[in-house]
Amino acid sequence: MELTTEEQEMAEGKYGEATRKAMEILITLGEIYGAKRLIEITSVQVAGVSYANLNEPGLDWLADMANDGRVRVFTTLNPAGMDLEEWRKLAINEEFARNQQRVVDAFGRMGIITTCSCTPYLYGNLPHYGQHIAWSESSAVCYANSVLGARTNREGGPSALSAALVGKTPEYGFHLEENRQPEIRINVKTQVKGTYQFGALGKVLGDRLGDKITYITGIPKATVEELKSFCASYATYGGVALFHMEGITPDRVKKIPDESIDVTDADMKKAFSELDDDTEIDFISLGCPHASLSELEYIAKKLEGKKINPKKEVWITTARPTKQIADRMGFTKMIEDSGAKIAADTCCVVAPIKGRFHGLASDSAKMCYYGSGRNKFSVKLMSMDKCLEEAME
Amino acid sequence: MKLTGRRIYKGKTEGEALVTTQSISFYGGVDPENGIVVEKGHELEGQSIVDKILVFPSGKGSTVGSYVLYQMAKTGKGPKGLILKDCEAIVAVGCIIGEIPCVDQIDISQISTGMKLSIDANNATVQVQ
Repeated sequence: MELTTEEQEMAEGKYGEATRKAMEILITLGEIYGAKRLIEITSVQVAGVSYANLNEPGLDWLADMANDGRVRVFTTLNPAGMDLEEWRKLAINEEFARNQQRVVDAFGRMGIITTCSCTPYLYGNLPHYGQHIAWSESSAVCYANSVLGARTNREGGPSALSAALVGKTPEYGFHLEENRQPEIRINVKTQVKGTYQFGALGKVLGDRLGDKITYITGIPKATVEELKSFCASYATYGGVALFHMEGITPDRVKKIPDESIDVTDADMKKAFSELDDDTEIDFISLGCPHASLSELEYIAKKLEGKKINPKKEVWITTARPTKQIADRMGFTKMIEDSGAKIAADTCCVVAPIKGRFHGLASDSAKMCYYGSGRNKFSVKLMSMDKCLEEAME
Repeated sequence: MKLTGRRIYKGKTEGEALVTTQSISFYGGVDPENGIVVEKGHELEGQSIVDKILVFPSGKGSTVGSYVLYQMAKTGKGPKGLILKDCEAIVAVGCIIGEIPCVDQIDISQISTGMKLSIDANNATVQVQ
């Protein structure tokens, strides 16, 4: 890879130890993937925040990087393992809370905005079409590449942090136009509506085609919430970083692929049946990816004046700014008066909840995947309305 | 026999080969507390990778796997070195931050479990004794 004088000096340690390590990571990745140079980026999203995943060694590494590492571009942060303010409400233990705060503080020292959200595009980290970025968090990567038309590879926590400290990323993969063209056409022959159905569609395509770039037709319209659910699921089941959706996503497609497959009602039913364990539900998780304002409003109006079953736990995960506006609008009170909990800064994929519950219901196919894999819950994918009905039963 | 590949992370080490033809997910697939492969149905399920030279085609799964490699390296529960057919970002980053010697683009079919190996990652070579 060809380096500028400044990049060379960064690699030699003239800009500090953290920057040197960051360059080592970027150069190695660039060489593995055949990048010719580093390119400037406009924003970064860093994942790998939960202490449950980092543990003490991971925290040590971050703390080392925070000694002299400072971000050179606007950088936001993925969810932590707890609500940073109201962790007691979620029955998080004190030791975990202390360690989680140390992780967030280390990121903060590096100049990262500690948004603690998986939907940075809803909170001011909104790249526009064609901008180069370096994001981790697979659902946000898929959303940024596909829905926004920005350009990013699927970064991991350390490589995204490295890109933030250098302000650049190696130019390969999805940064290059020629690697963004669709390989197969998908004809959706069934109506897809609601976050849960979009999640199921992501599972159908991900299970069947892995990370092939698809050109999807037959979806006449989709909301932001439906697209974020679809991106989360598609990235989880297929490792997908980019798709095209006719009439919805902005990338210029040079040629619509001749090869095509249909997605039918039967495919969707099969996906639902695979996420339908016969189980008693004791945990309802909404807000994966983080609930938007309109979702919180919807949930608040559904729960207003009602009570959830005290034997069941309901978590609605969202970002701090959304919660703050929900507080002002009275949504938080409407929701929490019912017995449900709003958890900001965190999500049920990364919170330490293994063993606490048995049967999970969610409108998110991604949540179902991690609920059954990481946390060994039985799971049920259903609509947001059904989840709320289940909570009150 | 001497095999030559590509350096992923520098360093020299030697040890006993543990070989698999299946990709490895370090996050969820290996227990960082004891270095035992826990992925259901994996060829190496139940085996320890501690202090071995782990020989495998590629990494897979969550990018959190980089931190798992790092954690194992720091706590002495990890492999001494890694040899791969095709290294991807998760393993590469794990080796860099964990300072684990690593070489890829090696014909791993030449290596079997139990063989004594020396890695000289600086020169991207693997000596099979």
